[in-house]
Amino acid sequence: MSRVIVAIASVVIAAVAFVPLLTAQEGTIKIGLIQPLSGPVAASGNFVRMGAEIGRDWVNARGGVLGRKIELVIEDNKSDPKEAASAAEKLITRDKVPVIIGAWGSSMTLAAMPKLEEYGVPMVVETSSAASITRRGNPWVFRISPPSEMEAIGLESKLKALGIKSYDFLAVNTDWGRGAVGAFGEILKKTGASQGAVEFMDQAATDLTAQLTKIKGTGADTLMVTTSVEQITLLLKQAQELRLNRRIVTTGGSSSPSQLIKHAGAAAEGSYHVLVFLPWFPEAHPDGKQAKAFVDDWNKRGLNFDGLTEGFRGVDAVSTVAEAIKIAGKAEPKAIQQALWQVNIMGVNGPIRFEKDGPAGKESGQNKPSIFLVQIKDGKVTLPKL
Amino acid sequence: LEEFLQHLLNGLVLGGTYALLGIGLTLIFGLMNVVNFAHGEFYTLGAYVTFAALAIAGLNFVLAVMVAIAAGVVVGAVAERVLLRPLRQASIDTVMLVMIGLWIAMQNAELLGWGGVAKSIPHPFPTAPVVLGPVSVAPIRLFVLGTVLALIVGSHLLIHRTRLGTAMRATFQDRETAALMGVDIGGVHTFTFAFGSALAAAAGALLGPIFLVYPSMGDLASLKAFSVVILGGLGNFAGATLGGLILGIAEEMGAGYVSSGYRDAVGFVIIILVLLFRPSGLFARAERVG
Repeated sequence: MSRVIVAIASVVIAAVAFVPLLTAQEGTIKIGLIQPLSGPVAASGNFVRMGAEIGRDWVNARGGVLGRKIELVIEDNKSDPKEAASAAEKLITRDKVPVIIGAWGSSMTLAAMPKLEEYGVPMVVETSSAASITRRGNPWVFRISPPSEMEAIGLESKLKALGIKSYDFLAVNTDWGRGAVGAFGEILKKTGASQGAVEFMDQAATDLTAQLTKIKGTGADTLMVTTSVEQITLLLKQAQELRLNRRIVTTGGSSSPSQLIKHAGAAAEGSYHVLVFLPWFPEAHPDGKQAKAFVDDWNKRGLNFDGLTEGFRGVDAVSTVAEAIKIAGKAEPKAIQQALWQVNIMGVNGPIRFEKDGPAGKESGQNKPSIFLVQIKDGKVTLPKL
Repeated sequence: LEEFLQHLLNGLVLGGTYALLGIGLTLIFGLMNVVNFAHGEFYTLGAYVTFAALAIAGLNFVLAVMVAIAAGVVVGAVAERVLLRPLRQASIDTVMLVMIGLWIAMQNAELLGWGGVAKSIPHPFPTAPVVLGPVSVAPIRLFVLGTVLALIVGSHLLIHRTRLGTAMRATFQDRETAALMGVDIGGVHTFTFAFGSALAAAAGALLGPIFLVYPSMGDLASLKAFSVVILGGLGNFAGATLGGLILGIAEEMGAGYVSSGYRDAVGFVIIILVLLFRPSGLFARAERVG
């Protein structure tokens, strides 16, 4: 009997505890945010969340949108595509958000996309790089991050200047990794480089010596790498152990070089990294002042400097969404979807506006961000002259 | 051939740690009939304690590893007393659910306490590889291999040469009779769980500096430990040791000569084959429980 009483009491207490929360949220405009807050890529997801919170505070400091404050409803996709789909469903059906930002990894974003179409809610994609995201004919998808293809095309002249004659590819075994192998393969072929081994690794793999030993056997001069910063750290250390002396180029924009310098030390020396945000050189961005303001705000909050290369995605995504709501004039999914096509703002990375991509009539939106190539030299991040 | 030798060496180093993870798990299952889903979290615990001891308390590396092993013993013993002892008579499914709960709770506590950003453990070994003819290996990996072998031999001696080990083996063979002979079953259970957890913590402490330390690192370790235990036969000490080495070398060779995308699949194909032809594992003996 006492157990029943305890159970009833806890339900009542929980209900009472949540009531003030519910009422307090009235009057705000909700924006859904799906990120990997736990699991193998949790670090990156949390940085995007922190950036999004800065974006929220910026928007609210300017008085919010449509006279209302914005509020982030944050869901964890646990670095797992299945969870990403159910997080999207929960945000739409239970929290009734009119727009979502998410879901970091390409496989996670792709898994959440059918839910957008099912319920008719737009999503701003802040990180994912797989080309297929904007090619599936899902008109609810608006991507501000560059697909691998755009990274590769944007870097063609720089890759050429590096003088790559032959290369191997080591990529994470996901939509993102496999997409990058194709996209960069095409551009490198154009520059006259020949392809050696193409190897894949599991997202959670920690021992990459088998792949690296095999790659060592090809004798190519460059190793192209696409994966998360954690695996890049392991890869650099293990490549050093195996005496694999190659030029290493990482793609994807998630490889925080200052984190690599800290964790991989000398093993990171000389490596090249494709990046979408440069916290070391904010003035290199089209709107240097805004980029600098973001870096300063991030530091002021005592956040980890290494997270800035991910965090900027959050602030740009929130600015984009806030602008779309303003243009739409109401916080409704269909109106926001239409308004996203008219967004034309300056973000911390650079100008944000969407061009049509994918099958005619059902196009997704794709932004053209600024892309950079940096090199780690003498334990510092540098912008090489190429 | 040069490449083959390098793969073999890599596989041996990797297999040694799989073995260490598998031994702890197999002992706990064999003696206590507990499917320990939280095993990987003790691995993570070992890695984080080593990190804290080195980077925060400023201890030296060997001492930090010992602190991590001690933490494994203490947390393992507490978990056994608090969670498992009241469930001694419960069905294996109930215990399994409790262990899944412990796994989730420990992992999220790590995420809360340490954050999701991977940490690297500084170690005193030179980073330049040791070159042995055609192959090379990092000095720390050799240290890990040596320590792992010492721990495996030590565990073997403990089980086969001491009074406590005899009590463990007696409990393993027949719980009721052992109790009638005056063996303190509760004590043996607590010791076994603490011992198994300490081995997992040791693996985490040793591998932490080679890899990175992050809250979900235990998931993969758990998966490998279960593979090793099934391969070697549930509850079989020697089976877990050899199973670990076989799995490590098979994965390495599979990735090197078949396809790296199917690296983990190679290990599981071998497990399926073993289960098809020897359903109770490679080294099943009459001694096995169940």
